[in-house]
Amino acid sequence: MDPTIFGFLLSDGLISGALYALVALSLVLVFAVTRVILIPMGEWVMYAPLTQAGFLEGRLPATVGLSALLLLVWAVLDRRRGRAPWLLAGWAVGVGLLGMAGVRWPSLAGPIAFLVVLPLGPASFRLFFEPLPQGSVLLYLILAVGLHFVYKGLGLAFFGPDQFRLPALWPGELGVLGLPVPGQGVLLVAAALLAMAGLFLFFTTLYGKALRAAAVNRLGARISGISVREAGRVAFLLATAVGAAAGLLAAPLTNASYDMGFLLGLKGFVAAILGGLVSYPLAVVGGGLVGLLEAFSSFYASAYKEAIVFTLLLPVLAWRSLSALTLEEEE
Amino acid sequence: MRKRWIGLAVLLLGAALAQAEVRIGVTLSATGPAASLGIPEKNTLLLIEQGTFGLPKGVKVRFFVLDDGTDPTAAVKNTKKLIQENRVHLIIGGTTSPNSLAMIDAVAEAKVPFISLAAAKAIIYPVDAKRYWVFKTPQTDELMSKAVVEDMVARGIKTVAYLGFNTAYGEGWAKEFAKAAKAAGLQLVASERYSPKDTSVTGQVLKILSKRPDAVLIGAAGTPAVLPQRTLVEKGYRGQIYQTHGVANPAFLKVGGRFVENTLLPAGPILVAAQLPNTFPSKRPALTYIAAYEAKYGVGSYSTFGGHAYDAWQIAKGAIERALKKARPDDLAAFRKALRDEIEATRGVVGVHGVFTMGPTDHLGLKFNEAAVMVRVKNGNWVLERTFR
Repeated sequence: MDPTIFGFLLSDGLISGALYALVALSLVLVFAVTRVILIPMGEWVMYAPLTQAGFLEGRLPATVGLSALLLLVWAVLDRRRGRAPWLLAGWAVGVGLLGMAGVRWPSLAGPIAFLVVLPLGPASFRLFFEPLPQGSVLLYLILAVGLHFVYKGLGLAFFGPDQFRLPALWPGELGVLGLPVPGQGVLLVAAALLAMAGLFLFFTTLYGKALRAAAVNRLGARISGISVREAGRVAFLLATAVGAAAGLLAAPLTNASYDMGFLLGLKGFVAAILGGLVSYPLAVVGGGLVGLLEAFSSFYASAYKEAIVFTLLLPVLAWRSLSALTLEEEE
Repeated sequence: MRKRWIGLAVLLLGAALAQAEVRIGVTLSATGPAASLGIPEKNTLLLIEQGTFGLPKGVKVRFFVLDDGTDPTAAVKNTKKLIQENRVHLIIGGTTSPNSLAMIDAVAEAKVPFISLAAAKAIIYPVDAKRYWVFKTPQTDELMSKAVVEDMVARGIKTVAYLGFNTAYGEGWAKEFAKAAKAAGLQLVASERYSPKDTSVTGQVLKILSKRPDAVLIGAAGTPAVLPQRTLVEKGYRGQIYQTHGVANPAFLKVGGRFVENTLLPAGPILVAAQLPNTFPSKRPALTYIAAYEAKYGVGSYSTFGGHAYDAWQIAKGAIERALKKARPDDLAAFRKALRDEIEATRGVVGVHGVFTMGPTDHLGLKFNEAAVMVRVKNGNWVLERTFR
């Protein structure tokens, strides 16, 4: 193989890897705090750029309405909790105003799309997961699969079956060792490393440790004065933020359509599994590995690319189940 | 007394004749992922129902239009419902190849003729006991491959690479294109696959670039066809890029932008109807169809897919008129059989995608030089490159 091709594949693999790493980070984050394997994350990753595309075309994307609606339902559910319903209703109105601002100022479409998609995570947690506080991992998984189908169907209804192309934040190219690397890809890799470092540090703080405690031992956490509910909402909020940012950064390179999320989520999940669903640095390494494997297998045997990537799961699962001593904590 | 009975019988017969109606069942993918194909087909059928494109003489026609949501299971369910509840004489529809293929068993079992609006050759070939009842109007991959290969040879292209979907569409093209290329002496130097949902095809593109082909054919449909072409252009490929007729909709041009400029693709003549030479058989019906469609649904709203429904109706209309001479619509089984025979006997029906002349072994009936033209993307528009006549 000549070095130029090797270099191209390497950079392409690392850029795809960064996208998978970001999805993996959000999956690890949610799993570490709530024991939910968040399949619909892939849909939310796609919702952000699709919402942005809607703003750029001058129409109000239906995600604005969905976000506001979920927040309002949340407000009704929490109506007996002092000021909470008013704050939530205010948030819903804020999302609506943001939507109008997005149509009015298309140059701000990206950040506004991010803010519009953001409430979907915590609101979905409140509406669908929180009512089942003692659920098993399997129950949460089934619920997550159901939500995946709902959000995918809504995505088709909201945005149609076509792909959308978005303008790059950094349209130029960067010369790395004589190889042209797209600037947008550099941003994506930087975002993955930043998110990894941020989450890693966050979970060494007392607040972060409290969040993890909520998943490790629910009862113990509550006795220590940690709100398990709040922990879940915060985890979903952070994860949606990471996912939506990943989608917005990746879409100029990859295009975006309603049905691309699931495969993305699945590959992010493979990456997260490589890190045992607990470690942020390992999840990023896993994302990089999946991306590289994909790039090189698409060069050598494109017809079997998907099979090769998912076969990677088998040895890793075997190795982890043999080496991990104590995984079952409390269920 | 006896005279009275005869009189009553004649009266009843007369009433039955007056009420004779032909029922046509339609199942389309007007929602779901293939909605951009199904909606223009449905719009065309609404025009047909209103009589815009003529109705068969001497009989009332009723349409039953159902939506299958781009789901083969729903398409089969619709088909059974149309046959059993609505007792239809003919079924038109099956927007996508998987839907049409799934419907074959149901129509063959009930012995109802079926005109499919999907592309795959497997829908009508080989004409066996089941496909005896199945016809279709859109061009096959085989026919379009022939057009692509002929154009490549005419341009002096010697080596070519293929990059297509890992779905039935991409595999169908891979097979037919490889066959046609081999027959014409073209060297296929690489044959790669990607998934419509892939976010990167750099690996495949680099492999193709390393073989330095004169041309690349991308076997994909709709907007996911943009990614490989964009990657090829970004990585500095300077040869000719071909796409297939699966990209012939405005969304492809919009998403593709400058990356799809100068692409060549085979397409049904309707895509560039106004630019065709006046002697081209499909020009006049295509212009008539477009005018009627745009009058109802707005300028620029027509697409090639609605044309397949129009063609199906042109074939069905003639066949119904001829079948009425052989059987009465009240006699379900006999009329269905007569209608099937008459569809197979279609000769020289000029549609918007070509001229249909069917036969016992050919349930499509198109010739490639009348059903395919080469189109180039220029300044974000479809421009006629050449015809094969």
